Amino acid sequence: MTQFDAASIRAQFPILAQEVNGHPLVYLDNAATTQKPNSVIDAIANYYRYDNSNVHRGAHALSDRATEKFELARAQLAAFINAPTKEQLLWTRGTTEGINLVAASWGRANLKSGDRVLVSAMEHHSNIVPWQMVAELTGATVEPIAVNASGTIDMDAFAAQLDARVKMVAVGHVSNALGSINPIKEIIALAHAQGAQVLIDAAQSIAHLPIDVQALDCDFLVFSGHKMFGPTGIGALYGKRDLLEAMSPYQGGGEMIESVSFTGTVYNQLPYKFEAGTPNIAGAIGLAAAVDFLQSFDRSAADAHEQQLLNSAQLQLLELGGYQLVGTSANKTAVMSFVCDFAHPQDVGMLLDQQGVAVRTGNHCAQPIMDQFAIPGTVRASFSLYNNQDDVAKLMAALKKAKMFLA
Amino acid sequence: MSEFGTEITSADIIDTLSFFDGWEERYKYIIDLGKELPALDERYKTDENIVRGCQSPVWLRSESRDGALFFVADSDAFIVKGLLAVVLAAYNGKTPAEVAAFDIDGYFAELNLLNHLSATRGNGLKSMVQRIQRTAHEAS
Repeated sequence: MTQFDAASIRAQFPILAQEVNGHPLVYLDNAATTQKPNSVIDAIANYYRYDNSNVHRGAHALSDRATEKFELARAQLAAFINAPTKEQLLWTRGTTEGINLVAASWGRANLKSGDRVLVSAMEHHSNIVPWQMVAELTGATVEPIAVNASGTIDMDAFAAQLDARVKMVAVGHVSNALGSINPIKEIIALAHAQGAQVLIDAAQSIAHLPIDVQALDCDFLVFSGHKMFGPTGIGALYGKRDLLEAMSPYQGGGEMIESVSFTGTVYNQLPYKFEAGTPNIAGAIGLAAAVDFLQSFDRSAADAHEQQLLNSAQLQLLELGGYQLVGTSANKTAVMSFVCDFAHPQDVGMLLDQQGVAVRTGNHCAQPIMDQFAIPGTVRASFSLYNNQDDVAKLMAALKKAKMFLA
Repeated sequence: MSEFGTEITSADIIDTLSFFDGWEERYKYIIDLGKELPALDERYKTDENIVRGCQSPVWLRSESRDGALFFVADSDAFIVKGLLAVVLAAYNGKTPAEVAAFDIDGYFAELNLLNHLSATRGNGLKSMVQRIQRTAHEAS
């Protein structure tokens, strides 16, 4: 591990050295997806160049090599979140599939009419809709946990909401729309005290905060590779062993079975029971390279760097006038969500794009919280460890110009 | 009814936009077009008239008079509204056959605005164009 040096980190991301609409690219859409360092790009290319083969099947050298790297990647990801065993780390396509898997497989077996599932009012749609789907099948209800005006969970309201009928509490570690870091350890303890299980959506935290599933004592935790400098189409689901053992497979097919006959099929053991079909081998290997990348420097220094960018961006934004922050939790990842009083967020986003600044505008797939705040959406600038003060300055210059155009 | 399509035609817009070099003048012009586009009366902002975009909704109301189609469109976003004006300049007052025959992609390409017509932009513009084309198809 080396000291965190923002400039040498940035130099590892080839995509950032390009022009967009005649301006140097300022990439501030990191909460949507992060860019990939050379080491991840190389790991994927080298897998296809030298090792590509199907895993767990062939009786030949390439298949052995691919299988070994694939399973090493699993062990590495499991260790990264401190899962007790690597079998508790299931590969998924990403956070969304992980939540759908738990909602469908755990939910159908464990929810019944009258049961309650609690999700925070600022969840991403992917942590709302899968629960609504299983609720429709089982007769359970999905209810929001109140979020206050600053974008933080109302913990008193949450505690008061819990009762024996609450079977699942599904919350994001960090809000994608606002950046608020939720007190998940406290949420998990409160939920467990009432006998509820907890799923943590770590999509927005995995690149920024250390995660220890044993210290958290969460029952399930899901995340996506592409938001932590890894490839798209790969993610992971961690679950407690007894829960995963008791769950039925999510999809049927090859790999997930022990034996198949027309009189009865025996499912494979963990984790393969949940991994039907040929997996995203290159994705898993690329994701392991992303973990290597994240472990190659002091992560707390990287976090401090991101926080500095956020603080200076927020201060400068307010100095511009006409722009208002949305989500003012004291505990945030480097997400600056804002609106303006002179135009629609989409106008601002379009004018930033013309100036080479990439941000996200819209409701961020979190319509309920936008409705609660009575706004059509926000402009969201989200910083990553390769951003720098020059990016902040260019964002501010672009916002100043946007205001001149629109106000 | 607006002047778009009658006073201001697609040819006028092509002429004006081709006159500008930089993006700043072009976008200022588009924003100004949006400001000239009359708002759709609130009572017509109904579910029936909404064209959902991921980022902002667009409202579209159409009527047929003497064999010609007329549209009123609105958006909460200035630039989208300007782009709606650009679209309406091409379609308003045309017969269903003329609407169907108009090469909207070629028009937006000529204006160097084709990226705004892509479905991924989520601004509702593409869906609105499709709805106009469907209206023309149904009226023909």
